[in-house]
Amino acid sequence: MDLYPQVLFQNRKPNRIATIDEYRQSGGYEALATVLKKHTPKEVRKLVTDANLLGRGGAGFPCGMKWEAVAENAPHPRYIITNIDEMEPGTFKDRLLVHADPHLIIEGTIIAGYAVSAQKGFLFIRPSYESSARIFERELKIAREAGFLGKNILGSDFSFEIVLHRSGGRYICGEGTAQLNAIEGRRPNPRSKPPFETEKGLWQRPTVLNNVETVANVPHILRHGAEWFKSLARVKTAAGTKLYSASGKVNRPSCWELPMGVRLSEIIEEHAGGLPPGSEYKTCLPGGASTRFLAKEHYNIEMDYAPLKAIGHRLGTGAVIVFDHKTCLVGAALNLMDFFVRESCGWCTPCREALPFIRDLLWRIENGEGREEFVPTLQAMCKHTWKSFCAFAPGATMPVESLLTFFGDEVHEHISQKKCPFKN
Amino acid sequence: MQRKIVEAEHPREMAIDVMVALQTHYGYLSDGALQEAATLLGMTPVELEELATFYEFIFRGPVGKYVIHVCDGIVCWMNGRQSVNDYLSAKLGIRPGETTPDGLFTLLPVCCIGYCDRSPAMLVNRIAYGPLTPEKIDDILRRLRERAEQPKAG
Repeated sequence: MDLYPQVLFQNRKPNRIATIDEYRQSGGYEALATVLKKHTPKEVRKLVTDANLLGRGGAGFPCGMKWEAVAENAPHPRYIITNIDEMEPGTFKDRLLVHADPHLIIEGTIIAGYAVSAQKGFLFIRPSYESSARIFERELKIAREAGFLGKNILGSDFSFEIVLHRSGGRYICGEGTAQLNAIEGRRPNPRSKPPFETEKGLWQRPTVLNNVETVANVPHILRHGAEWFKSLARVKTAAGTKLYSASGKVNRPSCWELPMGVRLSEIIEEHAGGLPPGSEYKTCLPGGASTRFLAKEHYNIEMDYAPLKAIGHRLGTGAVIVFDHKTCLVGAALNLMDFFVRESCGWCTPCREALPFIRDLLWRIENGEGREEFVPTLQAMCKHTWKSFCAFAPGATMPVESLLTFFGDEVHEHISQKKCPFKN
Repeated sequence: MQRKIVEAEHPREMAIDVMVALQTHYGYLSDGALQEAATLLGMTPVELEELATFYEFIFRGPVGKYVIHVCDGIVCWMNGRQSVNDYLSAKLGIRPGETTPDGLFTLLPVCCIGYCDRSPAMLVNRIAYGPLTPEKIDDILRRLRERAEQPKAG
């Protein structure tokens, strides 16, 4: 335990944040100083591309490739957004990162801004993280006073500002293009692509949006190099560490920085302390609410994008939600569908209409009114959602679809017994 | 607030901040407050209404001094959020969506608040509490009542 190198969490302490002085003692803001003196934006982008840093928000898109999508001759001003919306159910890694080392995020955002020649960065933060927003209000001021933000940073010709943007709270704001609308003070429906945000984003200007954990890796990659970053991972297909978390039916729910590709069984048993007495592992959602229930046989899977993809699953946010043998998965899928129905922005028909329909059928099954013909209808409706406008609805149906695929027996038991077998 | 709007690159950026500030001042975002926000931002009331009704933390109807959001995310669902909700309901004598007659507490459900490591959890005016037990809830309610009684405190 804890023998793994701590990079993002190296300054994590119980119950308080690292101050700017502590951050600087650990080498903080050195990368920024070096970058501004010695590296062109192009060199920064190349290093991050070479490091194979994949987006940590759930999609796993290569960060360097996203940055390269901003054309050399693209117009100014350009913007960068660090996404701390984190509304994926079961996910709380970003909050812990903010509460561990806020200046790592500030430095990462500044360097990301430099890499795409942006003038301004936004920290987009959800309302239930008000305490994190207050941390940034204070620490951004401190960073500005120390000369890391503002005009001609550290005597260079690079000027950059960071603005804290508090959201009004809605899951869809985590979708990149919806987040652009949210910042612009418009109703946050997703936008159609193309044009991509790297071409026409905020106010039709080039904009790059990164998850906060992705950005936090950037200063470390610049200080220690691409090869070092790759060597942190446990598997060849991956690079770096990952903030994994576990919650639900585990003894010690929390978040840990572990090598990318660590085994699921290790996360649950060693880090989360296993399941409570009397509980047996049944399944988990490996990366938040919009990932699929994992069949029991994959209990030892390497938690990385590629191995999960190979078996038809997604790593998502790496937030493992553990279910035991006493927890009803129909009830769980119903809870998740309730969430998605409520959070759908309602913009397109497949999402607005199919999700409530699915919820209704699940509700009936859970409450003893299920019929066998509901099962093929549910499967068909899940497929329909792939015709929706953004990735919200396909993600929303992943728990239901995987429930039917891997835990069909549980569904049929509900139907034949005309009640939830987990309730007396 | 006016100064902040002027300083912003685009006034609309400030829409949420302005609505939240007026909501904090008046207790909720009344029709009058919405109109006032629209004037400040140079937006039409309808444009702002579109946002106000979209977001979970903007209240277009009266709410209590303390808004209690009980998380109904998947992890809290597993860890007994229903009993937390029922306990609060019984203690406050209100159902979800209602406000106590003294105007102190409003009880609402909310989607996963990202405190799954401290589940079951809730927010009181955006500040998180958890893992909750009946004793902890009693203690939180008692402290909030005391705070409400102190003139001009907090």
